[in-house]
Amino acid sequence: MTSADQSEHIVKAYDDEFSRLRKMFSQMSGLAESQLDGALRAVSRRDEELAEAIRSKDKEIDDLEVEIDALVVRMLALRQPVANDLRYIVAMLRMSADIERIGDYAKNIAKRVHALAQMPVSSANPVNRSVSTLGRLVQAMLKDVFDACTDEDLVKAVAVWEADQEVDALYTSIFRELLTYMMEDPRFISAGTHLLFIAKNLERIGDHATNIAETLHYRVDGKRLGDSRPKDDDTAAMVVDGSGGPSTAA
Amino acid sequence: MAVTDTETQAPPAPAEKPAKMRGRGVCVFYGDKQALFDVDIDVVDKQVTALIGPSGCGKSTFLRCLNRMNDVIDGCSVTGSILLDTGDIYDKSVDVVQLRARVGMVFQKPNPFPKSIYENVAYGPRIHGLAKDKADLDGIVESSLRRASIWEEVKDRLDQPGTGLSGGQQQRLCIARAIAVEPEVILMDEPCSALDPIATAKIEELIHELRENFTIAIVTHSMQQAARVSQKTAFFHLGNLIEYGETEELFTNPKDEKTQGYITGRFG
Repeated sequence: MTSADQSEHIVKAYDDEFSRLRKMFSQMSGLAESQLDGALRAVSRRDEELAEAIRSKDKEIDDLEVEIDALVVRMLALRQPVANDLRYIVAMLRMSADIERIGDYAKNIAKRVHALAQMPVSSANPVNRSVSTLGRLVQAMLKDVFDACTDEDLVKAVAVWEADQEVDALYTSIFRELLTYMMEDPRFISAGTHLLFIAKNLERIGDHATNIAETLHYRVDGKRLGDSRPKDDDTAAMVVDGSGGPSTAA
Repeated sequence: MAVTDTETQAPPAPAEKPAKMRGRGVCVFYGDKQALFDVDIDVVDKQVTALIGPSGCGKSTFLRCLNRMNDVIDGCSVTGSILLDTGDIYDKSVDVVQLRARVGMVFQKPNPFPKSIYENVAYGPRIHGLAKDKADLDGIVESSLRRASIWEEVKDRLDQPGTGLSGGQQQRLCIARAIAVEPEVILMDEPCSALDPIATAKIEELIHELRENFTIAIVTHSMQQAARVSQKTAFFHLGNLIEYGETEELFTNPKDEKTQGYITGRFG
């Protein structure tokens, strides 16, 4: 059975509340996608004005989360929802929290544009391309998971859940790349550190996208996705020493 | 050995208890109009089974099968088998009066006898010969009123009429009356629908306590009540048993769309 039972409740006001939830979720997810897109463009073009716009727009996402929270609490109290309605409402609570974090990470990425703009980091440096690629991968995950939510498409949700492995693997290699560049050339350390945080934020956005996929699975199916998600983030144990790294980066 | 607080530990998964009563292929006719179609259901021992469904779905009809109250309805006929432990209750050799002592009933509108509180509870044990003497009977009355959580409120006025109590107290008196004959099963037909929320909560708490010693089947219009008090829930619709399962499962992730439609208020 799907969770979005389109047949109407006998009490119309209950339906209206679900409509409001759907609408706010749609606004919030749309905002998250455009915030991430803007943040990534600001980084690649070192566009400080765009970055500032992204930072101030994050409040809209925060406000929506507060509104969704309030409506969910009201519905829990007044409607005593059960079955698919209950799972939908509880899922909405979780997903809006994930989207709010995604918005925060996009804002944090945008914050670093100013610092990056001060530094002579050549755009020819291949690590920039790696970070852009990571950004595009994560953007695709977000788009797919939000589409999956609208269509209640569990196949797509599972694909997003599995795609996080590629994101983790790319993040791991960027991590290694950046450590190596920073060791080879100390002048790169500032830029490298900011890029590292940007990459980390992108990797976290990917994690939140998989959370949303897991919550969607619970919402539609009533069962949680298994714990066996393949994880390829090995950075926690990574050590790069002076020998055998790539040649000096610009 | 450390003293553990069992309330804070997660309890081990309970082994599935056997069925106290078992219906198989149960059909009920009022004249030539069929009201129940082929119902198969287990009423698990020492658990609460809730029967839910829209008006006219057959849940009360089924409940009344369990202690043959349908026998007193003109033109009503029951087919199929209903077992209490291993014996079919519709077998010709069954003494219906004895059956109704083993399978007691509490009704929607509290209906104490027009007698004293004491007599309300003593009547059943007396006619069934359950007490040796007056002292024994006094003991049965007190223990029944205690187990129905009403002793403290009435112990000083046992000779006063049962009908003088409040609605909630009357219902607890009826429960005391039912348990005085030591039934094995207690059937409850919307026991709280005439009661205020506080009285309802007291009855629900009582059901929780009674569950340790009795098997309970309860018909209720309140989904929330069914969800609160029962371990198993059966959903009826137009005389058919649509879904029967663990209460928590049925209310969070029902298997049948009709069940989901009813419990979420999408049709009545």
